[in-house]
Amino acid sequence: MLKINNISKTFNPGTVNEKKALENVSLHLLPGDFVTIVGSNGAGKSTLFNAIAGAFFADEGSIVLAGENITFKPEHKRSREMGRLFQDPMRGTAPNMTIEENLALAYLRTAKHQNAFFSRITKKDRDFFRERLALLDMGLEDRMKQPVGLLSGGQRQALTLMMATMVPPKVLLLDEHTAALDPATAEKVLAITQDVVARNKITTLMVTHNMKNALSLGNRTIMMDSGRIVFDTRDEERAGLTVDALLEKFRQGAGKALDNDRILLSD
Amino acid sequence: MLYVTQTALELGFLYALVAMALFVSYRILDIADLTTDGCFVLGAAVSVTCAAAGHPVLGVFAAMLAGSVAGFVTAFLQTRLGVPSILAGIVTNIGLYTVNLMAMGWRSNLSILKQDTIFTMFRDLVAFLETKVESAIGFVAGLFGAELVFSDSSVIGNWYKTFLVAAVTVLMGVLVLIFLRTRLGLSVRATGDNRDMVRASSINPTFTITVGLCIANALTALSGAMVGQYQKTIDINGGTGIVVIGLACLIIGETVLGRRTVTKGVIAVIVGSIIYRLIYAIVLYTKVVPVDCLKLLTAVIVGLAIAAPTIKNWFLFQRRKAFARRKGGC
Repeated sequence: MLKINNISKTFNPGTVNEKKALENVSLHLLPGDFVTIVGSNGAGKSTLFNAIAGAFFADEGSIVLAGENITFKPEHKRSREMGRLFQDPMRGTAPNMTIEENLALAYLRTAKHQNAFFSRITKKDRDFFRERLALLDMGLEDRMKQPVGLLSGGQRQALTLMMATMVPPKVLLLDEHTAALDPATAEKVLAITQDVVARNKITTLMVTHNMKNALSLGNRTIMMDSGRIVFDTRDEERAGLTVDALLEKFRQGAGKALDNDRILLSD
Repeated sequence: MLYVTQTALELGFLYALVAMALFVSYRILDIADLTTDGCFVLGAAVSVTCAAAGHPVLGVFAAMLAGSVAGFVTAFLQTRLGVPSILAGIVTNIGLYTVNLMAMGWRSNLSILKQDTIFTMFRDLVAFLETKVESAIGFVAGLFGAELVFSDSSVIGNWYKTFLVAAVTVLMGVLVLIFLRTRLGLSVRATGDNRDMVRASSINPTFTITVGLCIANALTALSGAMVGQYQKTIDINGGTGIVVIGLACLIIGETVLGRRTVTKGVIAVIVGSIIYRLIYAIVLYTKVVPVDCLKLLTAVIVGLAIAAPTIKNWFLFQRRKAFARRKGGC
């Protein structure tokens, strides 16, 4: 589904601040893969996501999505086929617009609406939005005319998740999307995530700092350090791993212990 | 006094279009667009030149087109060439000075004396329709054997200008509101609200910023076009400070009406603009301030209007401090 071939990215090349954020990273995702990513601070997890989403173009290498080479495709065109959630719940929605208007924007991604610049939100759209919001079980379906800025972080993140998957994307990128939420809300958003991904069989990449989640969610786990993938495990092999075993694998791959304080402090 | 009020109303509606343009660029897109001053004169120059050549209505549409081109240049500078948005506006603004001179036939001012303007055309149209209606009513009355005598003067009399400017401004307000609820309009709003989200929703921010600035500057130019034909004369420096006045109107309106929804926002700019012109008229009429000090007066009004929330908070805080002191403690 998604093929990343030997991509590299260096920030501030030729200066004292030169940073090799990605070094020859290759990753092949099969359709329906749900991959969790863990890694130390500054390992290049978010950089990898930015490269996939097109926030910048990789210095070297190529990215192929469902057979199409998207290496030089601009971000707003890639996002037609990609959903992305950020750690900050504020980044995924427009606070001064109503829930309904936010959903209408997300709905733009469908091909049949792509060129309908002057179409307005119809009754049919509204019913469809209502039905989808009801699935979240947060009572948002009765608040569709309210600005999104009034919602809590968890509600906004659930809404963003719904917006990203309303038209199932080819790849879903989740960048620690529950990290800024309180434990109960995080649990709920995670449950919704699993449900949505499983129902639509969406190919998913999820960065997490919770080692238990990393092993229990999805079917594959990769670990990153200093811009490289140091460990990659899937299916049966992964099923036999414990958190301690995973940390040991990381130490072997990276040549040092995992230093992500949030990983070490989370239970 | 009635005349003063009428003039204030007319100017209020005319300049409300500038405030509406700033609502689109400053509030919706969150871009301080300084093209406004030059764009206003551009609209006036194009429209008055066309009117002088005998095409007042064409002049208005040509002015809007010219304005949107100016907006496009500003948008191009900031989205494609990476010029910071404020500088992009200033650069276009300076360039427009020459363009405006050119549009006015390389003169620094231009007047139309006898030619038709949209206002005289509208007056004649109303008079024409009125005679038609009157003769129709007279004919029907004649069937019943009654004889009716109509006065020569028009029903709307000297208010025809007021009617026209109000109609155009309200129409533009409605069009802007309809636009902001379309999918393209929603994309433009989201661009000003959360740019990360816009990119993640497969909307091209370059495109939405361009659309927004074109619309905003078309509105500014429309205002200039109407003002030019209203005053029948324009000066190359006639736009100086328009952006500040527009902002003042926007903020006055929002202070009075609040800014929760876009509908309120659009109504607020019209109300704010009328209030601003009324204040202005009162000050001039009562001669509290000498006429020579107009720009300073504008600056003071604008400064106070923009500072109002901060000043209010300061007073509330002082009162709280004084209250706490009286209760004892410190």
